[in-house]
Amino acid sequence: MKLRNLALATCLAAIGLTAFAQPKEQFFPALPYRTGPFAPNGVPWANGYLDYLKLVNARGGINGVKIIFEECETAYDTARGVECYERLKGKNGGATLFQPLSTGITFALTEKAPADKIPLITAGYGRSESQDGGVFKWNFPLAGTYWMAADVLVQYLGKKEGGLDKLKGKKITLVYHDSPYGKEPIPLLQERSKMHGFDLQLLPVASPGIEQKATWLQIRQHRPDYVLLWGWGVMNSTAIKEAQATGYPREKMYGVWWSGAEPDVKDVGEGAKGYNAITMQHGAEPQSAVVKEILAKVHGKGQGTGPKEEVGQVLYMRGAMSAMLGVEGVRAAQERFGKGKWMSGEQVRWGLENLNLTQAKLDALGFKGVMRPISTSCMDHLGSNWARIHTWDGKQWNFTSDWLQADEQVLKPLVKQTADKYAAEKKLQRRTPADCQS
Amino acid sequence: MGFFLETVLGGLMAGMLYSLVALGFVLIFKASGVFNFAQGAMVLFAALAMARFTEWFAHWTGIENLFLVGLAAVIASGALMFVMAWLIERLVLRQLVNQEGATLLMATLGIAYFIDGLGQTIFGSDIYKIDIGMPKEPVMAFENVFPGGILVSKEDLIAAAIAAALVLLLTLFFQKTSTGRALRAVADDHQAAQSIGIPLNRIWVIVWCVAGVVALVAGVIWGSKLGVQFSLATVAMRALPVVILGGLTSVPGAIIGGLIIGVGEKVSEVYLGPYVGGGIEIWFAYVLALLFLLVRPQGLFGEKIIDRV
Amino acid sequence: MLYRENGQFKTTYRADQQIFPIAQDRLFILAAVLFAFVVVPAIASDYTFRALLIPFAIMSLAALGVNILVGYCGQISLGSGAFMAVGAYGAYNFFARVPDMPLIPALILGGLCSTLFGILFGLPSLRVKGLYLAVATLAAQFFADWMFLRIKWFTLNTPSGSVSVSGMQVFGYPIESPTSKYLLCLSVLVVMGIAAKNLVRSAIGREWMAIRDMDVAAAVIGIRPMYAKLSAFAVSSFIIGVAGALWGFVYLGAWEPAAFSADMSFRLLFMVIIGGLGSIMGSFFGAAFIVLLPIALNQFLPVLLGAFGIEISTAGISHAELIIFGGLIVWFLIVEPHGLAKLWSTGKQKLRLWPFPH
Repeated sequence: MKLRNLALATCLAAIGLTAFAQPKEQFFPALPYRTGPFAPNGVPWANGYLDYLKLVNARGGINGVKIIFEECETAYDTARGVECYERLKGKNGGATLFQPLSTGITFALTEKAPADKIPLITAGYGRSESQDGGVFKWNFPLAGTYWMAADVLVQYLGKKEGGLDKLKGKKITLVYHDSPYGKEPIPLLQERSKMHGFDLQLLPVASPGIEQKATWLQIRQHRPDYVLLWGWGVMNSTAIKEAQATGYPREKMYGVWWSGAEPDVKDVGEGAKGYNAITMQHGAEPQSAVVKEILAKVHGKGQGTGPKEEVGQVLYMRGAMSAMLGVEGVRAAQERFGKGKWMSGEQVRWGLENLNLTQAKLDALGFKGVMRPISTSCMDHLGSNWARIHTWDGKQWNFTSDWLQADEQVLKPLVKQTADKYAAEKKLQRRTPADCQS
Repeated sequence: MGFFLETVLGGLMAGMLYSLVALGFVLIFKASGVFNFAQGAMVLFAALAMARFTEWFAHWTGIENLFLVGLAAVIASGALMFVMAWLIERLVLRQLVNQEGATLLMATLGIAYFIDGLGQTIFGSDIYKIDIGMPKEPVMAFENVFPGGILVSKEDLIAAAIAAALVLLLTLFFQKTSTGRALRAVADDHQAAQSIGIPLNRIWVIVWCVAGVVALVAGVIWGSKLGVQFSLATVAMRALPVVILGGLTSVPGAIIGGLIIGVGEKVSEVYLGPYVGGGIEIWFAYVLALLFLLVRPQGLFGEKIIDRV
Repeated sequence: MLYRENGQFKTTYRADQQIFPIAQDRLFILAAVLFAFVVVPAIASDYTFRALLIPFAIMSLAALGVNILVGYCGQISLGSGAFMAVGAYGAYNFFARVPDMPLIPALILGGLCSTLFGILFGLPSLRVKGLYLAVATLAAQFFADWMFLRIKWFTLNTPSGSVSVSGMQVFGYPIESPTSKYLLCLSVLVVMGIAAKNLVRSAIGREWMAIRDMDVAAAVIGIRPMYAKLSAFAVSSFIIGVAGALWGFVYLGAWEPAAFSADMSFRLLFMVIIGGLGSIMGSFFGAAFIVLLPIALNQFLPVLLGAFGIEISTAGISHAELIIFGGLIVWFLIVEPHGLAKLWSTGKQKLRLWPFPH
């Protein structure tokens, strides 16, 4: 009898404890794609993401709070991405944030995340208009959006010509992946085309983009001065190969930051020499401090997620950077809500909205020379609009431009207009200043 | 005018490449009445095997000579395709003899998923390179006649030549050898062939092996052009209109169909595309094949469908 | 002993023509429907609704539509994804453009758009047969893919081409929670399921089956092939269109044309063939198999392998899923080419005799 009571009491106590116990670790779910047509580009990103999270744990966590993570394979498919989201959002005390790495999945999750109160970081992809935090409270396209990329590219091309006014009469062709991702830059390019008078030719390539002969024959006939490439996965290397096969000079090709990484050019080798791409602040950074640290503390202990040779490559760095932004968001949240405590999705959202990554902080994290300061606010979820151009020389990527900044005068009206349209469609109100304080 | 010729030439080359894949479909359907949806997966698997074996052989044995390593890889991949063909026939087709078309179609789709998963597990899902020494730079022909010349891709020309040679070999095989005759007999009437002593199972294994070799050639050529990765399997979807336009049971039909579809695709994309925003290649090929079918429901060179009531 | 129709005499024609003439069948179906409507919402978790039950309900509906075309009328179609897309975008346009459009009429109008599209792309079936028709219907698939990417009017001129739906409600009840979404899909499924069951045992259904079995003989005895085939396409695309609209509105919430790609068409065809061609029950079985299997594999494979001490990456699990999926389909087709419905009916047959051997 006594034993029974004791057992019962212990059980009840245990249940009571677990009911009140706060989760001790931040749960970072990952939605990568390691299979499917976009796997070659998705794998390095995922490895960089996970390696950085492991590094944070090795450094002692976020003010002592460790990170646990779990991967769920999406294969770039929206339905699978949604299923992964539903499965992981409530696990381990609740997901801290999501980074879907796919514009399609981002669109789907933009509808669901606000209801579940989980922030979405879409660093370098997603909806360009989501930089407007007044409408998109839970989306954070940190450090880069497609309109920003297109804007910087046009400015750079103008610079090459000797001034934006010299673009008049020039021909620019956009070869894009026929999907919401590929169509993103079009509104901004059309806006700039009106402003400066250059001829914009739009050539869509049906997914997955392995058949581009007709596209490049058209380019050969049209003879554009520049070709912008907005592809993903195997479409990128195919484009460069077809450019070589039709004799279009690779020096005149400029890819977006998702079309300018090692998997896209390694295969083509010498044939890709001279191909340029815009970078989302970072390029291939094998010499950076964070890479050295990861090699020492993560790969050195045999815990590396992928092969050692991959560490420091372009997409690897992007994954690491995306992870870093998430972690710093949690850290910023801890500054307000309690250092060393577990942060909920809502609190992390505040943290991401009040990110203030100064150069000193970035250098301390190991990103010296890789990134510029990022500072977000209630209305601005982008944080930074600087980019650079890098070029493939046959063996590696080298930076071939200074830091360039997107022109807010052009971007802001477009962003506001599209965000307002979204708000009207969804019957949302713009956030009030009072709301910004929470 | 020059540009039109360029487009047509490009289309013809692309068409030859499609017909390489279509040949695999036709061979298997001709001999066993099975529409092999797994052909795309077989092309991918063969290409992956070729790419990775080249890498691994060079790595293990340290031989630098590209030709030797490539040859070894081809032989190894061919052997692998033979094994796969034998396994498919043994484990799947033999059990599904005499089932209706839809069931067999689904079985081959199941095999396609299986091969997709297996290939990526064994060989990986990165982009791999196949280097068989194909020239990558284009050549300009007729520069004096047309301004700028007509672009001719040397790689495509060589690929087309290989495809033509393969068709010639296959035709000779079917017409001149006894196995070829047996294959044609089986294609004509399974039961009659069986009754005169032709071993059906062995014939089917042979057909799938030949289709495997065709898949290997197609995989190597496409892989050399595009790089070997999962999306290579989608090339089979591009080859389907070729198959139905030419007729499911005709080898010359696969070639002629390929040429028509190739030219149709490219010309429509370049000349019609700009008016409707572009990207019409894929469905135009299917609609073109469909239009031909409306006139000849069995395809250009296919056997007339006879219904016995 | 349990499942005999001994003693169940019908005294009116009406009773004789019931869908489920055997009382045990009626009871079973009634119990199943009650369970689905009343018990499941009480015990199922959020995740079960969102990831298992809602996709199952919608896919069963779509498989039902495909089964009518492929199983009952014998026209192999690989364009089902396109019909779903047309239904989804059609319903979306009506919902978003017409102010205060209620949800159910929007779904029905989406289905009607799909009907028109289906009839148009069903016209080749009058001339082309068998595998040639299967590939010809892929033309519909790729055309729809292109159409929704290129023609901006369909996506309300958004720059990205992605559309989203929110604020659904039926007669004032908001459809926001997983339970309400599940009940909506289930109701549509039950209504359409009963309609379909009635349709296939009516004159038009018999015409379809005659065309499937021997179309020349059917034409000889006076069945008009054009009417029969096109009506099969029409009814089938209506059902698939409504299913597509539900898939976009209820399950995905926001979608792009790639959500209804050729992959979806193949999945639907798998469901129908695994479930059983020419059987309403088969559509449900097939949908359950194809919807639940990948998730089950995803959850249990690491556990199973972990028991053997083998660690596997997510990519490895994905590949293993493909291998097992393909292998299971082939194995299934070898073991029971007529699908799960045949197993079900064999089981029922055995049950009629139980406990006697014959």
